Amino acid sequence: MNIIACVKQVPDTEAQIKVKADGSGIDDSQIKWVMNPYDEFGVEEALKLKEKNGGDVTIISVGPARAMETIRTALAMGADKGIHISDPALDNADAFVTASALAAAIKGIPYDIIFCGQRAIDDDSGQVGAMLAELLGLPQLTIVTKLDFAGSSVKVIRPIEGAQLSIETSLPCVVTAQKGLNEPRYASLPGIMKAKKKPVDVKNAAALGVATDVKAKVAKFAPPPARAAGKIICGDDAAQKAQELARCLREEAKVI
Amino acid sequence: MAKGIMIVAEQRDGALRKVSFELASTARKLADQTGDEVSAILLGSGIEGLAAELGKFGVDKVFVGDNAALEPYITEAHAQVTAKIIKDNDPAIVLFGASVQGKDLSARVAAKLAGGLATDCTDVKIDGGKFVAIRPMYAGKCFGEIIFNTAPAMASLRPNVFPAVENAKAGAVTKVDVAVDAQKSKVLEVQKDTSGKVDLTEANIIVSGGRGMKGPDEYKILEELADVLKGTVGASRAAVDAGWRPQKDQVGQTGKVVSPNLYIACGISGAIQHLAGMSSSKCIVAINKDAEAPIFAKADFGVVDDLFKVVPELTVACKKLLA
Repeated sequence: MNIIACVKQVPDTEAQIKVKADGSGIDDSQIKWVMNPYDEFGVEEALKLKEKNGGDVTIISVGPARAMETIRTALAMGADKGIHISDPALDNADAFVTASALAAAIKGIPYDIIFCGQRAIDDDSGQVGAMLAELLGLPQLTIVTKLDFAGSSVKVIRPIEGAQLSIETSLPCVVTAQKGLNEPRYASLPGIMKAKKKPVDVKNAAALGVATDVKAKVAKFAPPPARAAGKIICGDDAAQKAQELARCLREEAKVI
Repeated sequence: MAKGIMIVAEQRDGALRKVSFELASTARKLADQTGDEVSAILLGSGIEGLAAELGKFGVDKVFVGDNAALEPYITEAHAQVTAKIIKDNDPAIVLFGASVQGKDLSARVAAKLAGGLATDCTDVKIDGGKFVAIRPMYAGKCFGEIIFNTAPAMASLRPNVFPAVENAKAGAVTKVDVAVDAQKSKVLEVQKDTSGKVDLTEANIIVSGGRGMKGPDEYKILEELADVLKGTVGASRAAVDAGWRPQKDQVGQTGKVVSPNLYIACGISGAIQHLAGMSSSKCIVAINKDAEAPIFAKADFGVVDDLFKVVPELTVACKKLLA
């Protein structure tokens, strides 16, 4: 089967995010870049499907030159080939432009199932998977924690607020991966060596025929609002502190 | 020209979700500034009666799509009808709830309309006649001000952040044609959480435990406190990765982003990826024996002591206060 996994390179979860003084963006000079953690779940699921059912896994990423590292990481995990959509005109792409670029690249290749992370931990938009599904005319299964493949369909578990849904969809479809779906493997040393020789096709927006004008734009970045200094609760022992805390929550903060 | 503010209401099992009232109130507030009308999209089966409830929270007009094919929620069916109602009525602004369903639907609808969407916003405003959405990015490590180049401007609002305020308007029902294509997806089963606890993203009070809890059994003291406060228990990534708590309990950048009225962090040091998930809470309490823990920098109230002593005493004190 032909499996596609979309990946994005993002700052590590431990990264401090500094806003540029003029609010035009993020100072990314000190950032350690990694594969978006939710995309790792998608890549792992793609590899598991391939191991069980045969076929190959294509990795696609929209991103600047450094995003190639993330594609190579996925290839080192066991994927077969990559497509790198790289174009300065896409540097500030919104979800719609990103999804359009992915859709344009995917239209030219065979696919049975497409994985995305449920959201990228940089812009936190969580839109690309669903938009990609719409642009390709496919059903979407978002925020999935379990997937069972049954030939021409898949059955998944989707947690929603206060419940879990079991949903069945025919292939091809788009699945967005949530933590819990699997435990992503690490790339092995031989895997890393092999990955260097696997083919990665580099394409720009013009080659894909994608319009790069964004629909929604981040006009200004700002650091989070500062919180007023808190109060340390004093007391002779734990019981006294607990009583004073309860009083503060009731009378000062009025939250209980 | 695009005009008016439209909300996409969310209902489950014939009851409106709380976020729907938050959307209605927020839309009303914006509409009162611009002199516009607030309309709502309400889809499902046998749900016409819910329109009046939306009216109570400031909705002038409700487009009701009533069809068995719209219950339970299936993305493609709801997206088809929602996009059609938006196209036919040409609103300037469309607001969704940033619930699991709202996020799933809004992105699909935005793609159908080839429009801009800001996800999980914590503030919205009209600035110089234009709609501006403010949203946390990098899990709240920074905030972005989003502007829109196409109409309608679309945004999903983070649940529990915007107040729901009664402000009675007509809530007049307009029935709409809901021709729906045959669906490729089918809901096989809905397994409800029977714990009786509110989901973390909707909880008013969260009692959360981290590595300092030392093991799974020790969460009992947090559950007892949560029971007294009618809250929900959460956990840090360290606790979930250790297998002490289920994945659905994780608060943080790779878990749930929450904004309760009260967040009590017990034995949580405050790794940046955890802070990212809870710093929009209205009141934060930290209980930790390490006075240097970064969580104290975010806390409104801090207790530097052994949580195994403080938490049971806090449960007793709260029980007494709330009796």
